[in-house]
Amino acid sequence: MKTIIHIIRKEFLQFKRDPKMFGIILIAPIIQLIFLGYAATLDLNTVHTIFYDQDKTTTSRNFIEEFKSSGFFQIDHYADNYEDVQTYIEKGKSLVAIVIPKDFEKKINRRETAQLQAIFNGSDGNSASIAAGYIAAITTTFSKQIVKDFIDVSGRKISTVGKISAEARVWYNPELKTRNFMVPAIVGLLVSIVTLILTSLAVVKEKEIGTLEQLIVTPIKPLQLIIGKLVPFLILGFVSVTIVIVAMNIIFGIHVRGSVVFLFFSSFLYILSTLGLGLFVSTVSKTQQQAMMIAIFAVMMPMIYLSGFAFPVENMPTIIQYISYAIPLKYFITIIRGVILKGNGFVQHWFDATMLLAMGILILFFSALRFRKRLE
Amino acid sequence: MNSIEVKNLTKKFGDFVSVDNISFNVKQAEIFGFLGANGAGKSTTIRMLCGILEPTFGDAVVGGCSVAKNPDSVKQNIGYMSQRFSLYNDLAVGENLDFFGGVYGLSNQKLNERKKWVLKIANLEGKENLLTGSLPGGIKQRLALGAAVIHQPDIVFLDEPTSGVDPISRRNFWELINELSSEGTTVFVTTHYLEEAEFCNNIILIDAGRLIAEGNPKQLKTDYLKNSIYEIESDRVIEALELLEKQNFVVETSIFGNNIHISVEEKFNDLSRINKLCEEGGITIKRINKIVPTLEDVFIHLLGNEKIL
Repeated sequence: MKTIIHIIRKEFLQFKRDPKMFGIILIAPIIQLIFLGYAATLDLNTVHTIFYDQDKTTTSRNFIEEFKSSGFFQIDHYADNYEDVQTYIEKGKSLVAIVIPKDFEKKINRRETAQLQAIFNGSDGNSASIAAGYIAAITTTFSKQIVKDFIDVSGRKISTVGKISAEARVWYNPELKTRNFMVPAIVGLLVSIVTLILTSLAVVKEKEIGTLEQLIVTPIKPLQLIIGKLVPFLILGFVSVTIVIVAMNIIFGIHVRGSVVFLFFSSFLYILSTLGLGLFVSTVSKTQQQAMMIAIFAVMMPMIYLSGFAFPVENMPTIIQYISYAIPLKYFITIIRGVILKGNGFVQHWFDATMLLAMGILILFFSALRFRKRLE
Repeated sequence: MNSIEVKNLTKKFGDFVSVDNISFNVKQAEIFGFLGANGAGKSTTIRMLCGILEPTFGDAVVGGCSVAKNPDSVKQNIGYMSQRFSLYNDLAVGENLDFFGGVYGLSNQKLNERKKWVLKIANLEGKENLLTGSLPGGIKQRLALGAAVIHQPDIVFLDEPTSGVDPISRRNFWELINELSSEGTTVFVTTHYLEEAEFCNNIILIDAGRLIAEGNPKQLKTDYLKNSIYEIESDRVIEALELLEKQNFVVETSIFGNNIHISVEEKFNDLSRINKLCEEGGITIKRINKIVPTLEDVFIHLLGNEKIL
């Protein structure tokens, strides 16, 4: 026990001597949080639009007015010809071009179906499909208005056709902001970086400079060495979780609805896995550069993509969904989102927590075994 | 009394035999030189003696503990200093000593006492707050040795401790080794500098994992080298070497700076013949004399023969 404390104390003295490390641990979480909170947004608030109004009638102008007043569309230009339309879309100035054909008003008055052309810049598929949704909504409203007007004008007493109106209520994230979805997950991302990458670096560093050789000939037992090396990073992991939770509240006003204790407990369970993975990376790398590369490209990136951090796992092909069951970050992010946004606790997440515990113990056990073998 | 007793120690990595059935004893408080070319199996042997690597066959008793049966107890009784500087550069001198002292389980009082001693031998008294990485090479070396023996082990293993250190620091370092030995610590040292090997009480030489010579430096020079050695200084070293190599009275030749050492059959003593030969070849000989062989002559002789075999 005393030996372990000596190692932990040494580890913290080394942190103190390495201000860059401090930067990574204290400043990086906040910078990441701000970047991802503001930049990683899939929301579409402004649709850059051009109109090519071939009809130039009261109806077409009213139709355009609907777009203006919706608040989502910004009309960059009124085109006179198709070349104009093409230029704007090609240069990426506008996301969508709406073409109103010549007989727009005429057809409506003749109670025929009027056509409308919408041309999208599909290179950003996500924005294009959201914009298409907005356009469809506005068009539907406009059509209904035409029917209503006709009924009013004709003076016939026709009861409006029965219809279903869905009143959507969004729970947990009423404004449907991407930020509320992304920011809590950053807790998971940062904990991974701090514990996984820094652990592997710290172990490989000792290997690289030769101090590990010195430690092996001392009476330190491999298990003591492993614990002594890992505990400081567990503590740092907790520090960065705390920083992110506080910063999240101050900067974005997102607060933890559920139990903070359960959040920290799950962090602990998750960190078991990342420390194990960090230790594993250190056993397969000879230099710090190697460790860094392996940790980022072979471990972190796949873990992030398959965890549901940015892309929902449910939308992935079945086989990839199966693979994602082996990704500890997936469970952790589920828990984080659940606890922070929904106010969930152990009752809802016992399965995720159990999976984290099981995977943590498994990964840590095999990494420690491998590390021990490598020492000899 | 023997500090280390090695018996039939063998280590195989797959089919490769790194250490091949070697046996030797190291007496308490002696300075024991362990020599051999790179890849001869020195590091593997040291690792086994330190209890880090399990022998494939055979055993060694180090400080009373068997490395095969009880490797963990071996570790408490030994100190180890590797050729790479292996203290933490980003810790202060005092912090390094606190750490290693702590790991060996020294009490606070004992630790303070030993720290003072280490600081004294490393000329770092009052400078324990200096960052270890900022120290000059010679001082670092002494500090590393001090840290390796902070727990006053019976035996200390030094693996090429003076590689890359300037000559004056090397001399100081050896004074320190002598001091340790006179205080009763057994010093087991490997080196590539053969003039350092002369300071050892006893030496063994290994090649390709096998022990090929042992004894004190004097014995090695007389027991293993029956031939006489002549040192020849000439203006054209290479030509002289090529010429003499061909003579049948010459057993071995080697270059030592501007000089050639030739080893000749014991009964040969006709110096004029060498002079004459060289003159005919157009080589001027400035000086020629019979010398006491150096360890280097002995090892070139021994290792050269091995290679021919």
